[in-house]
Amino acid sequence: MFMFEKAVVGSRRYWIWLLCLLVIIGAGFLCYLRQLEYGLGITGLSRDVTWGLCIAQSTFLAGVAASAVMVVLPYYLHDYRAFGRITILGQFLAIAAVTMCMLFIFVDLGQPSRVINVLLYPTPGSIMFWDLISLGGYLLLNAVIALVTLGAERRDAAPPGWIKPVIFISIPWAMGMCTVTAFLYSGLPGRSFWLTAILAPRFLASAFSSGPALLILLCLAMRRLAKFDPGRDAIRRLGLIVTYAMLINVFFFLMEVFTAFYSRIPEHMEHFRYLFAGLEGRASLVPWMWTSLALAAVSLVLLVAPRYRNEEKVLAVACGTVFLSLWIDKGLGLIVGGFIPSPLGAVTEYAPTLPELAISLAIWAVGLLMLTVFYRIALAVRESLAAARQEV
Amino acid sequence: MTIHRRGFLCTLALAANSSAQAPAKRWAMVIDPQKCLKDKGCTKCIEACHKTHNVPALAEARHQVKWIWKEPFGHAFPSEQGEHVREELKHQPVLVFCNHCDEPPCVRVCPTQATWKRADGIVMMDWHRCIGCRYCIAGCPYGSRSFNWVDPRPHIRQINTDFPTRAKGVVEKCTFCEERLAQGQPPACVEACPEKALVFGDLRDPQSEARKLLRARFSIRRKPELGTKPEIYYLV
Repeated sequence: MFMFEKAVVGSRRYWIWLLCLLVIIGAGFLCYLRQLEYGLGITGLSRDVTWGLCIAQSTFLAGVAASAVMVVLPYYLHDYRAFGRITILGQFLAIAAVTMCMLFIFVDLGQPSRVINVLLYPTPGSIMFWDLISLGGYLLLNAVIALVTLGAERRDAAPPGWIKPVIFISIPWAMGMCTVTAFLYSGLPGRSFWLTAILAPRFLASAFSSGPALLILLCLAMRRLAKFDPGRDAIRRLGLIVTYAMLINVFFFLMEVFTAFYSRIPEHMEHFRYLFAGLEGRASLVPWMWTSLALAAVSLVLLVAPRYRNEEKVLAVACGTVFLSLWIDKGLGLIVGGFIPSPLGAVTEYAPTLPELAISLAIWAVGLLMLTVFYRIALAVRESLAAARQEV
Repeated sequence: MTIHRRGFLCTLALAANSSAQAPAKRWAMVIDPQKCLKDKGCTKCIEACHKTHNVPALAEARHQVKWIWKEPFGHAFPSEQGEHVREELKHQPVLVFCNHCDEPPCVRVCPTQATWKRADGIVMMDWHRCIGCRYCIAGCPYGSRSFNWVDPRPHIRQINTDFPTRAKGVVEKCTFCEERLAQGQPPACVEACPEKALVFGDLRDPQSEARKLLRARFSIRRKPELGTKPEIYYLV
């Protein structure tokens, strides 16, 4: 298939890595088969906490996927050349992230065989309908863009003109996808934790910090493992984007805390209380949430001072803390915290079960597998291009 | 010609409506907690409903399916609870179930129209269309919906063959006994209550008992500030 011949050439280390991922995927798949047979009762979910790890991962990954615009926009709209080498990596990250995002929704369905009903009975009034449309569309857009631009690069030619408008469409599409994902939550009358207009802006801010932070880490890893140079300027500029986005994200979070605790409206305070102090003696998420806050604080110290940020090793640590902090915040606390306490005041805790963790891990492994193969292809295209140029 | 299940049901409903030549009704329930509390341990309405509708009895609390049940007053009416609320209310449970809202958020969020509001106000479910995404559960501000986390069939005490059982992986809830209404019978819970604490009726009919009660006595509804317009009224 198109350029996939390049993915089957690799070192021993490459194949061992792929094999490890396949083993994790296989184990997760077996757990999923068991879930299909037994039902979602195999998870830690309950009457009161009906969405958990999977939907939270999906929400987090929709943000990571949308963050590709943070390289696409400067490169294509502002002609920021330094991003030339990494734009394709950003787009591949978006493809992998949005695929994982859709898989996480799929494995969480009680009746996955009926998922086609969403298209058979389109319901424009439902945000879930728009979420699936925007995710699917974004996957398609990025797949087309990545294939066409990398294909042109392989032929050492400029990409065809028609791809430009497609790329431009992908920019507002990404913003829209992130917003629609926030709207899934922020329009529900009985869920005070999510019923806030700042949720969509918060989703954008956390997306544009966690996504580029992951991209920086991937670029630095590629430099170590594959002698790929993303360029010093590109990394620094991405670091700056992470810094601003993370500052805005923390600011938005503090605005939420102020509104809840100064108004002292019980329904708005209770969820924060559960997450950061515990309710009725139940506090399993408290250590996680404080870890997230501490990591966010550390990341800001490291990011805000240019002296630290421009040091690549420090930047790597900062990006790691940003990613972990936001993964806990969005991939754990935000979704589960919205269900505790329940509309009937019940404080039912949630903890994922082993099969649930195995399924989630497997989906992450699918994403990593896609990333590895895609990045291998991108590298091979560039290596053969460099070799061809040397011969000339 | 192919006819889908939904289309078939709609045709049936239309036929029933046109033959009767009656304007659509607006079903609602009026509950008198004072009467309900006369026998404190009474669960006759719950038993009748769950038996009629093949609701499973699951031992594990987190997997339980409930159509109608009792909640402490403060949980059902969080904004009405306070230190000085009448003692008998403070510690007494009230009956809760689907409010069959006029503006149901569950219907708004469902991505497949597997749950919808009928002309007579009943919020219905199509258990064959539901994909089990549980968005309706997140949307319901009353906790009235249940998900089948496991196969419910082995947990049904005695299967009522006149009513469908559900598969695992779908959401279910109270349907105001629409199958009984179609045969001119009142909902099972209403029929089972020895104190007549539950009054079911048509709000569009000024002479209905429900309307008379609402005219004569003060009533409250659960979380009316959310704009969902719940149609279960509690007499105070």
